[in-house]
Amino acid sequence: MSVRIGVVTFPGSLDDRDAQRAVRLAGAEPVALWHRDKDLHQVDAVVLPGGFSYGDYLRCGAISRFSPVMDTVIEQARGGMPVLGICNGFQVLCESHLLPGALTRNDSLHFVCRDQKLRIENAGTAWTNAYEQGQEITVPLKNGEGRFVADEHTLDALEAEGRVVARYLDVNPNGSYRDIAGISNAAGNVVGLMPHPEHAVEPLTGPGTEGLGFFASILKQLVNA
Amino acid sequence: MARVVVDVMLKPEILDPQGQAVQRALPRLGFAGIADVRQGKRFELELEGPVDDAALARIREAAETFLANTVIEDFTVRVEEPQSSGDAA
Repeated sequence: MSVRIGVVTFPGSLDDRDAQRAVRLAGAEPVALWHRDKDLHQVDAVVLPGGFSYGDYLRCGAISRFSPVMDTVIEQARGGMPVLGICNGFQVLCESHLLPGALTRNDSLHFVCRDQKLRIENAGTAWTNAYEQGQEITVPLKNGEGRFVADEHTLDALEAEGRVVARYLDVNPNGSYRDIAGISNAAGNVVGLMPHPEHAVEPLTGPGTEGLGFFASILKQLVNA
Repeated sequence: MARVVVDVMLKPEILDPQGQAVQRALPRLGFAGIADVRQGKRFELELEGPVDDAALARIREAAETFLANTVIEDFTVRVEEPQSSGDAA
């Protein structure tokens, strides 16, 4: 039986097709989910893709968080379903309070688009178990509001509990506190990531294929479950 | 119609790069003496019914859950008194 991974399309999502493609290349079956449809169509995991859902109006992710599909995603994520939020998807997860902290405007005020080196700080989550602990990877990063912020107490707790999933190396592109590029919830099934692993799955169109590990991880996790 | 104003500001400890950019631009444009700028959002809510405690409680709830992200922002709610038009010169 093939693993079914849902990819939500909100109005203004951009990277839903790339996320579907990455899911397919990893060996799973991508399932397109629609923001107005509460039904997750029996998927085993969900990807919230990058883009500018609802035009980033009010705050990035603030309106998407109240879309019908998110009611079900939030409920099932609390029940243990794996969810990966990439870029705008990370913003949606923070607005949904599935992940702590918030993503604010880059300290440079510039939209940043670059191939970004990362270190996988926790290879134990549902979305990173195909990587080695401490593995360094390069994937594209593109954001205007990617600066991860949280209060000191939350940051200390994230570090202590191993919930910093990935950190920026060499350059901190947006001023994120403690160079944080991605975090997970306490259970490790929900991961938010600012850079874009789904754009680094084929040598022709990305800086390499080192992003594929996120999608290979979820497959491994679900097949072994 | 009654108007309620919700002001949303980034918390003091959160860096406001937009406000900083505005502050840096002011002296270049000849506006001296401004030490700091913080940029926020103002929402004007026109109510269908009266502004009573129940209505204000609902608006505070909306501000807390939706209009502001209380992880990074503070908000204030106030009732704007109707202005009499035509008095001003």
